[in-house]
Amino acid sequence: MATMLAIPACARALNGDVGIHDPSTITYDDGKYYVYGTGGGPLVSDDGWTWRRGTVPSRTGAAPDVIHIGDKYFMYIARGYQQPKADVMMIWSKSLDPNSPDYKWNDGGVVASSDGEEDSNAIDPGAFLDPTTGRLWLVYGSYFGYIRLVELDPKTGMRKDPKSKPINLAINCEASDMIYHDGWYYLLATHGSCCAGTSSGYNIRMGRSRHVTGPFLDAEGVDMIQGGGTELIGSGQRKVGPGHFGLLDLGNGVQKFSMHWEADLDRGGASVLDIRPLLWKDGWPVAGENPKEGTYEIHSVHTGTSLAMAVEGSPVGGGRMRQGPGLGPIGVGRPGAGQAGGTRGARPANGGSSGGGGQRAGGGPRPGGGIFGGTGSPIADQTAASVDANWPAGDTGASMENYQLQAQQKWQITAVPDAGGYPGAPYFKITVAGTDRALAATADGELVVRASFTGTPEQLWRLDQLSDGSWRIMPKSQANLKDGMALSAIGASFPTLSKFNAKSDMQHWLLKTP
Amino acid sequence: MTKILRMSLRATILLPLLLLANPVSAATSYGTTLTSPVTPSRVTGADGFIPRWLLLEPIPVNGLTESAVQAMVKKQWFPDQFTVIPKDGQTEAVDDSTLTWHAVDTRLYNVNLYHFAHSLKKPTSNVLFWAVTIVNSPREMKDVRLAIGSNAASVWWLNGEEVVGIYNDRQTVIDDGVSRRLTLKKGPNVVRAAVVNGGGATDFCARFLDENDKPIAGLTITLSRPH
Repeated sequence: MATMLAIPACARALNGDVGIHDPSTITYDDGKYYVYGTGGGPLVSDDGWTWRRGTVPSRTGAAPDVIHIGDKYFMYIARGYQQPKADVMMIWSKSLDPNSPDYKWNDGGVVASSDGEEDSNAIDPGAFLDPTTGRLWLVYGSYFGYIRLVELDPKTGMRKDPKSKPINLAINCEASDMIYHDGWYYLLATHGSCCAGTSSGYNIRMGRSRHVTGPFLDAEGVDMIQGGGTELIGSGQRKVGPGHFGLLDLGNGVQKFSMHWEADLDRGGASVLDIRPLLWKDGWPVAGENPKEGTYEIHSVHTGTSLAMAVEGSPVGGGRMRQGPGLGPIGVGRPGAGQAGGTRGARPANGGSSGGGGQRAGGGPRPGGGIFGGTGSPIADQTAASVDANWPAGDTGASMENYQLQAQQKWQITAVPDAGGYPGAPYFKITVAGTDRALAATADGELVVRASFTGTPEQLWRLDQLSDGSWRIMPKSQANLKDGMALSAIGASFPTLSKFNAKSDMQHWLLKTP
Repeated sequence: MTKILRMSLRATILLPLLLLANPVSAATSYGTTLTSPVTPSRVTGADGFIPRWLLLEPIPVNGLTESAVQAMVKKQWFPDQFTVIPKDGQTEAVDDSTLTWHAVDTRLYNVNLYHFAHSLKKPTSNVLFWAVTIVNSPREMKDVRLAIGSNAASVWWLNGEEVVGIYNDRQTVIDDGVSRRLTLKKGPNVVRAAVVNGGGATDFCARFLDENDKPIAGLTITLSRPH
């Protein structure tokens, strides 16, 4: 436990009790997220970040999946005998909340089977509601044979035509699921061996088809029924064996996916739930990253300028600037030299040259001299400590600037313990690197940089990776703000908060190494 | 000119096209993009840019940094510099010079101050331009923003309140500087700007954005308050 506590929150696969194997698709019901695993193993969360044990449903078994259609939650769950003889059973409830009067699991019956002889193992169901037709489908299967597809009745959750022959879609995989995106059906399935801890070879692969019935070809054109599959995610970052993909569509263009890791080294090799952003590139899903602590340039996709604390910047290494027209040759000088009104914030940083006419830091003139000759020695990074004497002590505004590696343009993103979170990550504070000056939302939907971080909700930020790999940045505080307000580059020099619109790049930000 | 001003409203709307087609015009030209107004008002189009301004001939200054420009605009250059709605041809005594206000219409989205100053044989580098216009709103509009771009630094006021400032050497980018959410009053609203150029080209553009960040069309632009 002590080891777990020492791990930065943002490096974990979620928070709280996240032990699960073969998780179902995460399902939202009345303010809570629910997920079910093999042997029951339910987890519940109020925010998608911190999880706790939930209530075991009436039927348990292997690798359930849950889908919400109309006023019902259909759960599909495998009943095993001696593999590969198995059944996929259906139970349903009108609520997932045990405290709701609508919470009652009802038995539906068998929707798919394998007789132990055929090339099928009817386990690992994945339900898919086709958004283009409203038809409900179920994929299922494991390594004993094919991944198969059958159609269900979306009103009852049961097999639409029990006599219809299942359609074979893939082999050499299990834990399949299907999603639809922009004219394509994607079959996601887990390759490799399960249930072996850090020796697990689990990894999630995929193919796509124009038809729900296939064929599903991977990016190389290999049919999944011949073992094809392009990798979505494999082991890494102290976690082994991702499996059991489930789409978590948060709406407004933000998609994530759930899965388990067969072994999380930070949790003693236990099998745990995780949530990752789902990105799209060239028509294929890509596994995104949850935000990581660090120092970043926060760069607007819309304007090409970067978030800054609104103070007068100090040129890195001291100023060297081109003189105005007719004012002589290009040379080295203090910024604003010869200009009226002073040059607040223009003192040299880190001992860099702030004047002179092309003198080497250590001695004689360098070849060529002038602005193009540099200082003759490396220039250190600009730190807040080297320039903050020029900054006002209290709250300041936020601005956007051409990125010039200046201290007020670098932001430290740090997870805040015990401040809650959202699917996949905790809330973060965003402070000017090397300081406690914290980016905050204001009640009127604008931005301010507070003199210090106090932990109030308007200083806590949610960072969701969007489908193009950029980030949506939203304040936790919604008091007096419209829902869905996100950091927005409304102007090249001015950030604000405005309602998130996935189709606009105003609220798309890049977190770049400063 | 008098005859033109008595033309019907329909003819007035067509006037800019007639002026473009007929080089013999009573309007004064300031370079190729600016002319003196020949209509009582103009209306912002779909792109929202404000096409009519009063410009004061340039004042020699130096400095583009925030501190330099802020000090510059706080200096009183002429009486009532934050409240005056000058008339075309009105003069101001600035230091040892007499500078004249000029009413201009721009044919483009931006106001080319280089054309303006150069055509008057005035300096274009290391100068401060003052600009004023009146935006007449048909109704109160909340949560709008003044969105500007300028070459180079500029400071902007709406109804006497400073609402935007952008600094240092820069080119005009549409919606470079954007104000916080503002309210446009029903009726006249005074927009005032100070644009500071270091060297080379100099211009600005300005428009209002609505609560959805879309340009506001249909605002009537005049250079005097209604009587």
